[in-house]
Amino acid sequence: MDMKNSSPRRTFFTQASAGVALLALAPGVRLVDLALARAQDEPASAAQRWGLLVDVDRCVSGCDACVSACNTEHGLGDSERPQTDAQWIRKVDLVDHNTGRQLSLPLMCQHCEEPPCVDVCPTGASFRRADGIVLVDKHTCIGCRYCMMACPYKARSFIHEDLTGQKTHAPRGKGAVESCTLCVHRVDRDESPACVEACTDAGREALVFGDINDRNDPLATQLAETTTRELRADLKLNTAVRYRGL
Amino acid sequence: MMKSAYFQSVSSSRGYWLISAIAGVITLAGLIGAEHMESAGHWVTGMSNQVVWGVPHVFAIFLIVAASGALNTASIASVFARDDYKPLARLSALLAIALLSGGLAVLVLDLGRPDRLIVAMTHYNFKSIFAWNIFLYIGFMFIVGIYLWMMFEPRMNRFTARVGTAAFIWRLVLTTGTGSIFGFLVAREAFDSAVMAPLFIVMSLSFGTALTLLIGMLIFWINGATMDPALAQKLRRLLGFFVIGVAYLVAVDHLTKLYVTGHHQLEQFILVDGGIYTLLFWGVQILLGTVVPAILLLLPRFCQRGYLIAAALLVVVGALTQVYVLIIGGQVFPLELFPGYSVTSTFYDGVIADYTPSLAELALGMGGMGLAVLVTLIGVRILPFVPVQMTGKNQD
Repeated sequence: MDMKNSSPRRTFFTQASAGVALLALAPGVRLVDLALARAQDEPASAAQRWGLLVDVDRCVSGCDACVSACNTEHGLGDSERPQTDAQWIRKVDLVDHNTGRQLSLPLMCQHCEEPPCVDVCPTGASFRRADGIVLVDKHTCIGCRYCMMACPYKARSFIHEDLTGQKTHAPRGKGAVESCTLCVHRVDRDESPACVEACTDAGREALVFGDINDRNDPLATQLAETTTRELRADLKLNTAVRYRGL
Repeated sequence: MMKSAYFQSVSSSRGYWLISAIAGVITLAGLIGAEHMESAGHWVTGMSNQVVWGVPHVFAIFLIVAASGALNTASIASVFARDDYKPLARLSALLAIALLSGGLAVLVLDLGRPDRLIVAMTHYNFKSIFAWNIFLYIGFMFIVGIYLWMMFEPRMNRFTARVGTAAFIWRLVLTTGTGSIFGFLVAREAFDSAVMAPLFIVMSLSFGTALTLLIGMLIFWINGATMDPALAQKLRRLLGFFVIGVAYLVAVDHLTKLYVTGHHQLEQFILVDGGIYTLLFWGVQILLGTVVPAILLLLPRFCQRGYLIAAALLVVVGALTQVYVLIIGGQVFPLELFPGYSVTSTFYDGVIADYTPSLAELALGMGGMGLAVLVTLIGVRILPFVPVQMTGKNQD
């Protein structure tokens, strides 16, 4: 038999065997995940609400693994003009005026339930997906920047120059506004956002991602068990990003 | 009732073409600036992710606010039945359209994607004040156009008062909408205030009257005439009261914020140690743009034309400065996300942002002014907008 013809078949059987072995080894974990995943052509559901928990006590000043991962994942570059460079996630260092306590935390789009950016967008380009992820439709954004004026978290960036080498999963372009997508392309593949993965890989585990609506989800469990707070809680936006230890 | 025969179009003259050429060059410079900004990207401006609305917005908001105020004279004539203001009614309506055109042109050309204007016209989010304003602006153009038709067409003159009343109500709503663009920005303490809507209405009365006086006098000068001194004096007093009205609401805005402890740092920045913004606020907006013109406009000893022109010019300079301090000063002051903490980040959290307007964006902003004058000049050349009895020639 021709090796060229037999190779794909052999690969198929190898992968299939591995798949069966995996299912046999960890049936509980994987089968539950597969049951939760939705097909690519299935719309996002309000049954889920994706969110993040930031454990400020675990976040370390000087560590920017989450920022680097985000920049790599979405092709955010450095134009040597920091005032106009896009930043979807940034590290913020805090010092308590009264006690001198030092904190460090990541700050990104808070994926509000009532997003001011969505309210003010004249064309509806800023929108909130059924599962709570706040996004910008790059085809209908006219670059008016009203959403940037309205965002309480300064989470959005305007693209001030021509871009090259964009990623197919992160369409970006001059003249439009963008912000953290909660790695929607990864979430739709049942993966965690790049920042969460990087934080875990760095051994910090300061970021927990999950479904706020699912009581069995580790995120929902932690939110239920500990005291967390949302930034600018006075605005009552019900953010999907919560902070512990702040 | 003022009849069509009492008005004339502006004839061709060296002055007409000179002013048209100047306005044309300024407009062209604006277009070049806009083209540069769009092809290179907004990094060639002073704007950044910290200061997202720059000088083009200052000019655009000034022109849009002034546009609704420019309709004052026509409104006084039609709505409040003051016949002595009728000679300027047509010109005031033309100015309203011209100033709005200039402001909207700047606003559109400052967009990140001005090529997507059609998207803005076909996709609406009706919760957005911006979307409301698109309707308010287009509606204003339309209603003032009808208003002019009623004034121009003798058979329709009987409807002038009714359409004038509709236009008057519309312009009040329009300026409320423009003020609310800022007033509804709950995230930014410099803007989040119910005072913004009435403040913008009074600003429109002041800015619009000042520009009606200045551009009106310019048109009369081009036509070899002068504005009726009696009417000029009435507008002078009116402008004086409007300037005081703006100052009152500015004071209310700041006093309200001073009462709230959480806003003290913002007020400290604008009023005391904000560098260029404090200097602009006290030196230009308050002293040169409010106190001096109020004295020139309200004290009888300064009733000469020269003082009136100087006062109106100072009101315009003060107005542009006021909008600059409001829009730019309100953005350079950092958002307070973590009360009780000092904040540092790579995204300029916790620090006063830098902003220096570039030539391209200044040109775009000025281009809007040039376009407004150009539209006015074209209008007065092709249609009888200028009252004959005010020209000093062809007295009827």
